[in-house]
Amino acid sequence: MARLILDNLHKSFHGDPVVKGLSLTIEPGEFVALLGPSGCGKSTILRMLAGFEAVSDGQILHGSECLSSSRQHVPTEDRNFGMVFQSYALWPHMSVKDNVGYPLKVQKIPAGERNRRIQEALEIVQLEDYADRLPAQLSGGQRQRVALARSLVTEPDVVLFDEPLANLDRHLRATMEETFRAFHKRTGATIVYVTHDQSEAMSLADHIAVLNKGQLVQWGTPQELYATPKNTWLANFIGRGSVLNVEAIAPQQYINSADLHRLIDGYLPQTVSSNVLVRPQDIAFVDVSADVASSKPLAVTVRHCIFRGERYDIELILNNGQTLLAYSDVPMTLDSVHHVRLGQAWSLESES
Amino acid sequence: MTPSLLKARVMDGLRMDSQLRWLSIGLFILIATLSLVPSLRLLVEALSHVTFSASSPLAEVLRSERTWIALKNSFYTSGLGTLIAVILGCGFGFIVTLTNIRGRAIWVFCFMLPMMIPPQVTALSWLQLFGPASPILNTLGMAPALGSPQPMYSAEGIALLLGIQSAPLVYLALRTQLIALPQDLLEAAQLSKASQCRVWFDIIVPLCRSAIIAGAALAFVSSLGNFGIPAMLGIPAGYIVLPTLIYQQMAGFGNDMLSQVAGLSMIIALLVLAGMLLQQWLQQRSRYALLGHTAQSISFRLQHWRLPLEVLLALVLCFILVAPLFALVVSSLVPALGMSLTSDTITLSAFYEMISRQGVTSRAFENSVFLAFSCALVLMLVSLPLGYLLMRLPMRTRAVIASLIEVPYAIPGIVLAIAFILLFAKPLPFIQVSLYGTLGIIFLAYLSCFLSVCLKPVLSAMSQLDPALEEAAQLAGARPLKRLVDIILPLTAPAFFAGGLLVFLISINELTVSALLWSAGNETLGVLIFNLDESGDSVLASAIAVLVVLLVAGLMSLLSLFASRLPKGVIPWHD
Repeated sequence: MARLILDNLHKSFHGDPVVKGLSLTIEPGEFVALLGPSGCGKSTILRMLAGFEAVSDGQILHGSECLSSSRQHVPTEDRNFGMVFQSYALWPHMSVKDNVGYPLKVQKIPAGERNRRIQEALEIVQLEDYADRLPAQLSGGQRQRVALARSLVTEPDVVLFDEPLANLDRHLRATMEETFRAFHKRTGATIVYVTHDQSEAMSLADHIAVLNKGQLVQWGTPQELYATPKNTWLANFIGRGSVLNVEAIAPQQYINSADLHRLIDGYLPQTVSSNVLVRPQDIAFVDVSADVASSKPLAVTVRHCIFRGERYDIELILNNGQTLLAYSDVPMTLDSVHHVRLGQAWSLESES
Repeated sequence: MTPSLLKARVMDGLRMDSQLRWLSIGLFILIATLSLVPSLRLLVEALSHVTFSASSPLAEVLRSERTWIALKNSFYTSGLGTLIAVILGCGFGFIVTLTNIRGRAIWVFCFMLPMMIPPQVTALSWLQLFGPASPILNTLGMAPALGSPQPMYSAEGIALLLGIQSAPLVYLALRTQLIALPQDLLEAAQLSKASQCRVWFDIIVPLCRSAIIAGAALAFVSSLGNFGIPAMLGIPAGYIVLPTLIYQQMAGFGNDMLSQVAGLSMIIALLVLAGMLLQQWLQQRSRYALLGHTAQSISFRLQHWRLPLEVLLALVLCFILVAPLFALVVSSLVPALGMSLTSDTITLSAFYEMISRQGVTSRAFENSVFLAFSCALVLMLVSLPLGYLLMRLPMRTRAVIASLIEVPYAIPGIVLAIAFILLFAKPLPFIQVSLYGTLGIIFLAYLSCFLSVCLKPVLSAMSQLDPALEEAAQLAGARPLKRLVDIILPLTAPAFFAGGLLVFLISINELTVSALLWSAGNETLGVLIFNLDESGDSVLASAIAVLVVLLVAGLMSLLSLFASRLPKGVIPWHD
């Protein structure tokens, strides 16, 4: 096991840059998610890691070994990587057992040893009873578990996941996420997991690299990304919340309630301003008559009230016309006027 | 693009490891030999003697009156044939594709059969149908008086058969377009209160026009290069078209004979090329982008019109397929030509003689089976790695190579045969072995001609394969050859066998190429039928033709069995 280093990685197709100067260090045994909207280059990065695509510039190191650079390219066959594909990529003419055992057969592992390891891999994904079925006879979730077993049977250093849940229905995704988590715990393999679904990345990964337009926006733990997003784009991309225009303030800092109210009141359109992120759980509705806190609450008007099951999403309009998302346990009448106090906010860099 | 840049791109596309590099070098040489060299050799021969003196071979060809007569005749028969093909193909295409007619698969199979039956057999069966010696007409007592002319020995006879033979081409081109027309178009028109008739003329016909024109151009080009029909019907009547002119010139001798023939071949090749370019241009010019999804193709529900239309189709098929084939069968069962078929005269002696008679018949059969089988086998073995490599090339390079492979199939067989004679007339350098006058030269010409027939289904199956399947094998550590055998081959096997069967089907009956390349002892089935008929032995020729038709129909049915496991469009006569 060795760390995986992406060093100033570039990739362009026919002159169009797709990945621009990406640097990441992935520690052994880490579960890393590459997260971004479609077209951000995350799948290209994964394909470069697997060796399907050559790199245009920069290098990929595995420990001290250089896997890819503009001069060198270790072919996929010689990298000890596993991969789980979005389309499962199970060979339809082979049984489950043969699919899982194919990498071992290629490596000329003797039959006895091979069968033992196939059995072991199928146990991990709980498909022992399906060994002789053909892929066509399995459900989507079962197919993905076969692909998982196949990717782990050679005990690879790194396992790559290419949007593995994209083709599954929502109910199955939760179960599969649990399978992936258990898989990571049991094998201890380094995992690079590509997805466009932020909740998937947040719930699975140790570290997330958020990408946009081929560039790394932020690298951090899920908690860091949620609490301290770098810029407005990321704030809008991860979690729910409202980005407000306020009076100018230095980026990347917490703002307490009193300061925040002052900044909102001080905001004038057409002047230098900053953006701050307000999460809905930091918004409290207050009763003006009973309010004793020092700062004055903000007057808001209810524009939408949407039932979400466990609570209501309330879309509010501030006096200066900006919108604010809040949660409420009870429904609220449209166009009614209320007062809120914002607990805290996080100031953002403007989008470059 | 400079060659070095192109090469760099190709290399990048292939992400070469050594196995792939050797494979691609080998295949590159093969394609060059099979596809490029014959065409280039022909070009060199035709142009090498170009001087502006009046005595150069090309000038002589252009000055000869026969050339211009043949050219005019070629245009007349092919033009008329195309008209017949368009009428038959469109009528059939509209009825079978757009309506709820019953037994669609059988109609299509029967309509496609004339395309797969070798032209000399078609010609032979029509000759048996009409004329004073016709066994059917004699049996019915309707035969014209002895000595009256055979109506098929005429320009119109040739055109009729060319039309019937190439009608399926028009049908195929039209059908591809028709099944792409979404039902929404029809429903939208009906909601605007258009009658069925108006829908037809205002919506369907305009959208199909480019497909019909493309099909017509194909029919014209294929009629222009057809040798079997004008050879069987035109030569006895002294009616010469370009391919038969070449055939007759070849029989003559003289210093410049080959150069003159090469010049004639170039004329046909250029005409065909012009036709193909015209077709592509027309198709691109008037192609409408169809919006909307085509979950449901257009389908008219016929009510009381269904039965009459079915009867009409049956009558047309009776005329173009059943009657001539029946005449062929009857001819093979009478003791001698001109006799009528009764319970007393019926005899299997022709079959008996053909099968039992040692010598030319069994030899021709063996030769054809051997050629067809080895050709299919070799092409199957080649098209797997070739298709695999082509799929890894960038789109544009792939298109160029694919069209190179297409060239020998597109140029008329007679032209290809001349090219091979030019290539192999002299003994091969270094090894001093002469291929001319052996089965070897026919074999090579078949390989060149049918490579694209075998490759097409394989390519279309490979392009439908999820690339992740191979990438997964790559991650498993499998090298290219192992991936090819373990993953790609099993998954494309049906298309692979379909390609092989198609090659076998076409080459076992092939006449045009072998008509010029055969030699004593190296006859093929196609040549045998042609020669027997020329020497007046129509009964024997019919008996062999009957067996050939049975073989064709049998192989076609065999292919239909694969149909459900093949990509759409691989088998032309299947939905």
